[in-house]
Amino acid sequence: MSGAFDLILCLMILGTAGIALFVRDALAAIAFFIAFGNLMGLAWLSLGAVNVALAEIAIGAGVTGILLILARARLLALGDPVHSGDTPTWLWLGAFAACTSFAVLLAATVLSITPESGLDRVVAPLMPGLGIENRVTGVLLAFRAYDTLLESFVLLGALVAVWSLAPARAWPGRPAEPRMADGQMHQVAGASGRVLLPVALVMAAYLVWAGSDLPGGAFQAGTVLAGGLMLAAMGGAIGLPRSDRPLLRAALVLGPLVFLAIGLGGIAAGGFLIYPKGLAKALIVTIEYTLFLSIGVTLALLVAGPPVADSPVPDAGGNG
Amino acid sequence: MNLLGLLVAVPLGFMVAALLLRGSGRWLILAAAPVMAGLALWLALLPPGTTLLVGNWDLPLGILLRADGVARLMVLAGALVIGAIGLHALVDPPGGKDGGAATAETFWPLLYLMWAGANAGFLTTDLFNLYVTLEMVSLAAVALAAMGSLAAALRYFMIAMLGSLAYLLGVALLVANYNTVDVTLLAQVARLDLATVMALGLMTAALLIKAALFPMHGWLPPAHAAAPAPASALLSAIAVKLGFVILLRLWFEAFPAITGSAALHVLGGLGAAAVIYGSIQAMRQDRLKPLVAYSTVAQVGYLFLAFPLVAGAVEPSSAWAGMTLHGVAHMLAKAAMFLAAGLMLKAAAGDRIADLGGLAQAMPLTVTAFGLAAVSLMGLPPSGGFTAKFLLLSAAIEQGAFLYAGVLVVGGLLAAVYLFRALSACFAPLAGAGPDTASRGPVTGGVKAVAPLALAGLAIVMGFAGTALVDVSAIEVPWATPTVIQPEVAP
Repeated sequence: MSGAFDLILCLMILGTAGIALFVRDALAAIAFFIAFGNLMGLAWLSLGAVNVALAEIAIGAGVTGILLILARARLLALGDPVHSGDTPTWLWLGAFAACTSFAVLLAATVLSITPESGLDRVVAPLMPGLGIENRVTGVLLAFRAYDTLLESFVLLGALVAVWSLAPARAWPGRPAEPRMADGQMHQVAGASGRVLLPVALVMAAYLVWAGSDLPGGAFQAGTVLAGGLMLAAMGGAIGLPRSDRPLLRAALVLGPLVFLAIGLGGIAAGGFLIYPKGLAKALIVTIEYTLFLSIGVTLALLVAGPPVADSPVPDAGGNG
Repeated sequence: MNLLGLLVAVPLGFMVAALLLRGSGRWLILAAAPVMAGLALWLALLPPGTTLLVGNWDLPLGILLRADGVARLMVLAGALVIGAIGLHALVDPPGGKDGGAATAETFWPLLYLMWAGANAGFLTTDLFNLYVTLEMVSLAAVALAAMGSLAAALRYFMIAMLGSLAYLLGVALLVANYNTVDVTLLAQVARLDLATVMALGLMTAALLIKAALFPMHGWLPPAHAAAPAPASALLSAIAVKLGFVILLRLWFEAFPAITGSAALHVLGGLGAAAVIYGSIQAMRQDRLKPLVAYSTVAQVGYLFLAFPLVAGAVEPSSAWAGMTLHGVAHMLAKAAMFLAAGLMLKAAAGDRIADLGGLAQAMPLTVTAFGLAAVSLMGLPPSGGFTAKFLLLSAAIEQGAFLYAGVLVVGGLLAAVYLFRALSACFAPLAGAGPDTASRGPVTGGVKAVAPLALAGLAIVMGFAGTALVDVSAIEVPWATPTVIQPEVAP
């Protein structure tokens, strides 16, 4: 892309970041943060990193944005002040000086590194053996599948960690309904949620399938599914499940478990996480589809938060 | 057939099973503890040079698992410690402040996640893979800390997050600079340039946070002191050790040619300061669990005090063994001490040290476990702590590093002061003893004291197995490879 476009993009990224930091109204700050995330996604796109761009927009802007909006609503309901307090000038100046010097040092470091992608030369000749085209998928699900396997358990563990915050009388219950307090907003969310969930499902399924050869894959698709589930829940189109529902537990562990089982099955073919010859693509696609489902459900429940008591207690959110 | 992957895969399988079994998942530890102990023992007895390329993808792209001395000892000690903590949690459930049902159930998947993460971290030589294992352990640790105090856990989470990001930034710089993040490959190509120094600085700072080395220890005492006893034991025994092991990989394996002696003495100096500061803080506590938590701050100090001693030695194996064995002995003794402290506080009138009066009569086995763990932490013979400190002390004297030698001796004395203070309180007569309480029998059955007693006993027995453990620790030491540790020129 042209230099002018890149320059404008960089200025807009800095501008939205600055406004998100300095604006006093929390809702405005969130709005600019989401805009910032989307612009960062464009920057990644402009650098040719399509997979990173998808992840940045879906998680950095989308999921985090929803999380911030829900957090603001929770704080408002608790009667907490949601605008930032006064920060002493010396702190601003100190933080500015520290961040600037770190940024300069980091920039000098990055510029000192000779740009060459030696790993790309290593990856390319290995791809035909897998039967897929997307090198990122090759790295995530073959060459570095072990990292991805462990990461899928980190995500599962994150949900367990959120659940561990549930108050004793709320366990095992449902998370707080992420309903919009405002009637009109609720209607909008309800209508769009009903429409968007099936669209999200189709889009996510396509992203997984395309992920073998084009940018996409289980993580991006899982985020899209999570977004659809969250919007549907916010509009009341679907309810949130109890944390002890067997079906829910099965959906959560399905992806990591299938991945682990295929990894252990590899021992028969010679070693942990070895794909038998000719089966690589089939196994990778199996892992990706199951993982996408589990990631989607896990992410949606992560945003929904820990179970809260059924009785209408205003501050039952694990706060305090 | 090479089964190194099982040490990671099996705990992950137990994590899934615990989630599926929900409330009954706690019983899985009856299978997990012996299975994991067996696997860890098998690992310790493997012939030297056992490695596994995961998925058979060659370096620099793939991930290498390797059973070196540190991995063998840490995985084995980890299996014994986590297994014992898990079995203990069956009889003394980590209910948290409100006896939380959520806590009692979610403790188990988190325990298995930490187990898998710790084993994966001890075995791998890949710095990005280590990042993932660091996340597994940190995530479980934060959640376990939150079972005691949400505020302390949130503080821990923030600083652990900062540490993770700094570490990841360092990994990114290294992969851009060298096209590999495997420590065995980095050792062959390491060069002194801005990117390497920056990466090493960022990663070291991040790992010092995770290992809670003074002055980055601030998050540890409130988090470790407030958590339920089995959670505290996991945090102090396992969570802080992974950061330390990764620092070993970075400083002694990947970049021994870069880390100058000045930098090593900075780490050693921080370690020495941690020993003194942590001990003094422990002496100043009037509640039991913060005392034990500050003792962790002090004990972590010894691990880093050993860095310049290992690097400066002509024949580094004995200082290396001292450092590794100290880590192992601390795992066993501190887990035992936290479990015993948890039982003692449940029986005592309050959480102050002065409230412990009469416990020596009421729960002799538990107090014995506390005492045996204290023997190892103080470094009295015979114990693993003594063997480790003896090795470090002789290395320090041999090199004429009398400052470090002095800290080793003084640290032991200070530990004696604060630990005997807690122990003697247990032997004091019951505070405000009435006629009914004076004659009370043992308040806990023997079963509850088994796990802390076994762990403390192992810390003592380590003192008799010194030679064998030193031999294991010497398997595939970094200086056996072509790179020789010669930290003479400061960068």
